[in-house]
Amino acid sequence: MSHRQITLQILRYNPQDAASKPCLQSYTLEKADGMTLFIALNEIREQQDPTLQFDFVCRAGICGSCAMMVNGRPRLACRTLISDLPKKIILAPLPFFELIGDLSVNTGKWMRGMSKHLQTWLHSQEESPDLNRIEERMEPEEAEAVYEMDRCIECGCCVAACGTAQMRQDFVGAVGLGKIARFRLDPRDTRADGDFYELIGDDSGVFGCMSLLACHDVCPKSLPLKSQIAFLRRKMAQTSIRQE
Amino acid sequence: MSESVFIVQSGLAEKTRKSRLPGVLDVLQSSTGLILALFMWGHMFFVASILLGESAMWTITRMFEGYFFFGKSYPAIVSCVVAFIALVFFIHALLAVRKFPGNYRQWRTVRAHAKAMRHGDSTLWIWQVYTGFLLFFLASAHLYQMMLWPQDIGPYASSDRIWSDRLWPFYLVMLLAVELHGSIGLYRLAVKWDLLPLSRTFLKRVKWGLTLFFLVLGLATLGAYMKIGYEHRFQYGERYTPETLPAWLLRLLPEKDFSNPHHKLPAFVKETP
Repeated sequence: MSHRQITLQILRYNPQDAASKPCLQSYTLEKADGMTLFIALNEIREQQDPTLQFDFVCRAGICGSCAMMVNGRPRLACRTLISDLPKKIILAPLPFFELIGDLSVNTGKWMRGMSKHLQTWLHSQEESPDLNRIEERMEPEEAEAVYEMDRCIECGCCVAACGTAQMRQDFVGAVGLGKIARFRLDPRDTRADGDFYELIGDDSGVFGCMSLLACHDVCPKSLPLKSQIAFLRRKMAQTSIRQE
Repeated sequence: MSESVFIVQSGLAEKTRKSRLPGVLDVLQSSTGLILALFMWGHMFFVASILLGESAMWTITRMFEGYFFFGKSYPAIVSCVVAFIALVFFIHALLAVRKFPGNYRQWRTVRAHAKAMRHGDSTLWIWQVYTGFLLFFLASAHLYQMMLWPQDIGPYASSDRIWSDRLWPFYLVMLLAVELHGSIGLYRLAVKWDLLPLSRTFLKRVKWGLTLFFLVLGLATLGAYMKIGYEHRFQYGERYTPETLPAWLLRLLPEKDFSNPHHKLPAFVKETP
């Protein structure tokens, strides 16, 4: 049997409306072959409830816009097959981020703030680099390692899954630590460990991480967050002990 | 008063060089946890010696009191070891409590989060908080008692304390709390510092295996002390004196003055040629 009925319970709330109260609203629809959560949500919005708010852009797991809590766990709606879920599906917005409405959250605002706070861009000692010059060669292994961490799509799943972030709003999350790990790996970045310590050497940074590893387990891009955060922790601990 | 005090009070600490203390504290929290967890394993094996017999436990106890090295018991040695462990314990508790949820909102959020996520490692952390909180009180009381009355460790003395002094419920709860907290903590250390070339799945299997092993060993040990305590209830206060010891141990016994006023001289010592 290729078709069956499914029920989506969606957390509805509009923070702009003072009369709005958070509640779960049920929608029933027919499951189709190969149907993703993203397709199901579009069907609901087109056929049942045009007021339902949720985000999407690429539909291919690249933009990270459609991240939401699916039965309590953060996932990308466009990469989640309905057939992989139980008959009863509960959808909620990602916690931690500013809620726009229903399933839509403003991850971009937080990501920009985090990026600015952690200075997640290449730092070079050259004051005015020659932009026409051919870039210096990089060892393939180094390039691979940088690229591996650069695959982060800033969907916010790691932050939404993080126990520390739920308690500490100033925690930079695995996404922030992952970005520091990425720039530390980059041979073009001239910052030393002492400089990175200034950015993540406290409880809102790497020492706030309690290694619950939900970030590692839910990352839709399967980034090696466990090993990268542990590596940063070791380096920052060495920096603190050596008083660098 | 140093200049930094006024800078920190003004909320401008972030504008100066970041303190290196958080990194040191993180290392200290992990290392004190490691010391305590490894100590607990050793401790468990020593107290479990009662399963091999009363004389085995007596031997272990006296060994730690220096009996076989100095010719008489010095329970103060045990007090010193306990004082060191108490110091490590207080440092660990002080540092670990920083990670606890600090108010109701945090507690409600993190508990709902772990429940909704159904994520093993997050749930284990909740258990670490529960058991850690219990240990603030249970381990403190136990350490205080062992530090001040180290001479009351022995096959009969410990059994009397557990049965006749009705401390077995205390030890039962502490056993569950310690074994869960310690094994989860060691697993957490392994993934936190990622220094072992072992997969997380394997580490978790080892963690559950160790939890089960130490819980079974601990419950069997507690049961043994309760049984001895029950049988010894009418001789409450009497101290154990071994009738005999293994030949190898007798050979090791130094021929020294065994005149510790606190302890009855074992009969076999006199018979040793």
